[in-house]
Amino acid sequence: MNTIKQIIAVTWLNLRNLPQRLASSAVAVIGVGAVVLVFAAVLSMAAGLERTMMSAGTDDTAVIMRRGSTSELNSGLSNEQTLIVANAPGVLKDGDKTVMSAELYVIADVKKQSTQSDANVPFRGIQAGAFDVRKDVRIAKGRMFEEGKNEIVVGEAAQSEFVGLGVGETIRFGQTEWAIVGTFDAGGSVSESELWTDVRVLQAAYRRGNSFQSVRVRLENAESLGVLDQALAEDPRIDVDVMSERDYYSSQSQGLVTFIKRIGYPLTILMAIGAIFGALNSMYSSVSVRGKEIATLRALGFGPVAVLCSTVIESVMLALAGGVLGGLLAFLVFNGFQVSTLNGPSFSQVVFDFAVTPELLGQGMRAALLIGVVGGLFPAIRAARLPVATALREL
Amino acid sequence: MKYFGLIWKNVWRKKIRTSLTILSVLVAFLLFALLSALGYAFKGGEDVADAERLVVINKVSLINPLPMAYMNRIAATEGVQAVTHASWFGGYYQDPRNQFGQFPTDPYEYFSLYPELKMPQEQFNAWAKNRQGAVIGREIADQYGINVGDRIPIQATIWTKADGSRTWEFDIEGIFETDDPRGSTAYMLFQYDYFEEARAFAKGTVGWYVLRVKPGADPVQIANAVDMQFANSPNETETSTEAAFAQSFAKQFGNIALIVTLIMGAVFFTLLLVSGNTMSQSVRERISELAVLKTLGFSDRSVLGVVLTESIVIMLIGGLLGLGIGWLIVQVIAGAMGAILPGIYLTSRAILTAICIMIGAGIVAGIFPALKAMRLSIIDALARA
Repeated sequence: MNTIKQIIAVTWLNLRNLPQRLASSAVAVIGVGAVVLVFAAVLSMAAGLERTMMSAGTDDTAVIMRRGSTSELNSGLSNEQTLIVANAPGVLKDGDKTVMSAELYVIADVKKQSTQSDANVPFRGIQAGAFDVRKDVRIAKGRMFEEGKNEIVVGEAAQSEFVGLGVGETIRFGQTEWAIVGTFDAGGSVSESELWTDVRVLQAAYRRGNSFQSVRVRLENAESLGVLDQALAEDPRIDVDVMSERDYYSSQSQGLVTFIKRIGYPLTILMAIGAIFGALNSMYSSVSVRGKEIATLRALGFGPVAVLCSTVIESVMLALAGGVLGGLLAFLVFNGFQVSTLNGPSFSQVVFDFAVTPELLGQGMRAALLIGVVGGLFPAIRAARLPVATALREL
Repeated sequence: MKYFGLIWKNVWRKKIRTSLTILSVLVAFLLFALLSALGYAFKGGEDVADAERLVVINKVSLINPLPMAYMNRIAATEGVQAVTHASWFGGYYQDPRNQFGQFPTDPYEYFSLYPELKMPQEQFNAWAKNRQGAVIGREIADQYGINVGDRIPIQATIWTKADGSRTWEFDIEGIFETDDPRGSTAYMLFQYDYFEEARAFAKGTVGWYVLRVKPGADPVQIANAVDMQFANSPNETETSTEAAFAQSFAKQFGNIALIVTLIMGAVFFTLLLVSGNTMSQSVRERISELAVLKTLGFSDRSVLGVVLTESIVIMLIGGLLGLGIGWLIVQVIAGAMGAILPGIYLTSRAILTAICIMIGAGIVAGIFPALKAMRLSIIDALARA
């Protein structure tokens, strides 16, 4: 009990004379703050990308592509094959019509707002059922395109990221002019990075005959995926992969997410090591500045444990202050910041927001805590071992 | 120089503090090395690009093919010396994660367009003779342990064969290298004839053309001439220099690379600030010692020099160590991950920049306390002690 009282007393004393050691304490705080800032900022890219990609996928929608395709872009299905899928068991019917959309996924060159250079923007041809297989997509501005016309609706994210996609504008791809007649909202999912038009019109414009690249169907329930998969696997007329939309988008985002994490974590560790050196330095100088004070306390009867703990606590508090600062800065500056990048498998742009999530901030604070403990421990041991007589004589 | 002994003693006056400062400078420059190598990979090797090579793609998008019939028309364009073509195969080896570039092309044309690629002549001849032959870059050979003489299956993600199968088998006839250390060899080349004959659809098309302009000809003018020929046809072209093509492709990764660089730049300077502050602090603590030096007859300028050199020395020790470790790591990554992340390379320009930053940061960290030390009035300083 007595030791705890001593710890509190010494810690309070330390914290009250912190202002006298402002410069070296600030160094520790800034160092830790930078670690948490970078950690949260870099990893928030992965988190944002994952959220964007995953929010597009549901378990009760199936995506059917040619077997072996790694994304819609390199798949290919004939009209007959899409009809086989439409009549397969396990898919949801609305009356006698299947809830489905056979789609074409191509790329159009559009300039990026930020770099003013051409980017591969995904351009999707859809059937009327597209809005039924994707539950949370709705027209936000303007109107839906008319079937058979060279009209486009653009995702909200695509509109803000790329040049010349305002409602009422026209855009030229190759020899075809397209009128932009509306925008759609897809709850911030990857669909919002896309341009949509009537699949028949897109087939003609890109000379794809009567071919498609993917079929999306609503399933009767999440368990029907297996039924559909088996039925199509046994059908000799068709050779396709069936997966839930959630699995599809997870496979699409995996590469980039892993890449960002593989860069983000090692960098954070490296920087944390740097910050530990900073914290050690400032705590060592704190101990050496307070040498007389510590010796006086010891002479007055304060135990070495109290001195040790108070030094560690000071270091942890400085580190946590840095962590809060860095986390707050990361949240204020980066959360919601919109970017777009080229996603490998689909060879096209995906627009997403940085997401500084509570989990990331939590991990950042844990890192700060660790830096504080390690950075405080060794100087604390030195403080506790300070020979009282010698230190007092330095007066 | 004659004061070096003194400076060296000063550097190690407080061993722990100096070691910690050096270590944090080390980490900062290690980060710098890794990031600049990564940033270079993101740039997509635009420095390696040949100014006399032009790339011709479909104007709508790179994924749209061009007719094979354009080959002769491009070759006949005034000012064009040689032309070849390639296509995107997009297959993988054994596991879908093992993706690398595979390009069907013409052996003779391709190697004449890319003279930087080196391969033993007999390997090239063997490839040119074998329809199902292929050659791989050194990075691919090392990554997957493939040797000359192996027969490897590549799983197609796009190109189903006419017989419905998706497994393409290739005889590895050679391994090529590039004589530009910055260039990537993380790809495979195989015969277009085999590709064209076996694929199920899109026959008679290629992905893109690459041409070389005659020496002295104006690349921009020739690019326009090529595009003019195909204007208003169903397949309009877009011709650009290889450098512009690489650059515009790299820009597709967009702000990400920029943001990573900015964040890391901020960290780098924070780490420098932190170590710089510690160094200034250590000089401030020694003001009275400096006064003693001046009492002993050191001139104002030698005191300034001694203090400045000390902080530069600390920066250089930490910085060069960090840069060296960073260089080693980049070598390891380039060897182990060349196929996944091609073009990771620490340029001599980056190294030079780093050294300039070390010296600059050393000066910035030392200049204020050094000036203070220089202007020191001996009596005041000694009295303060």
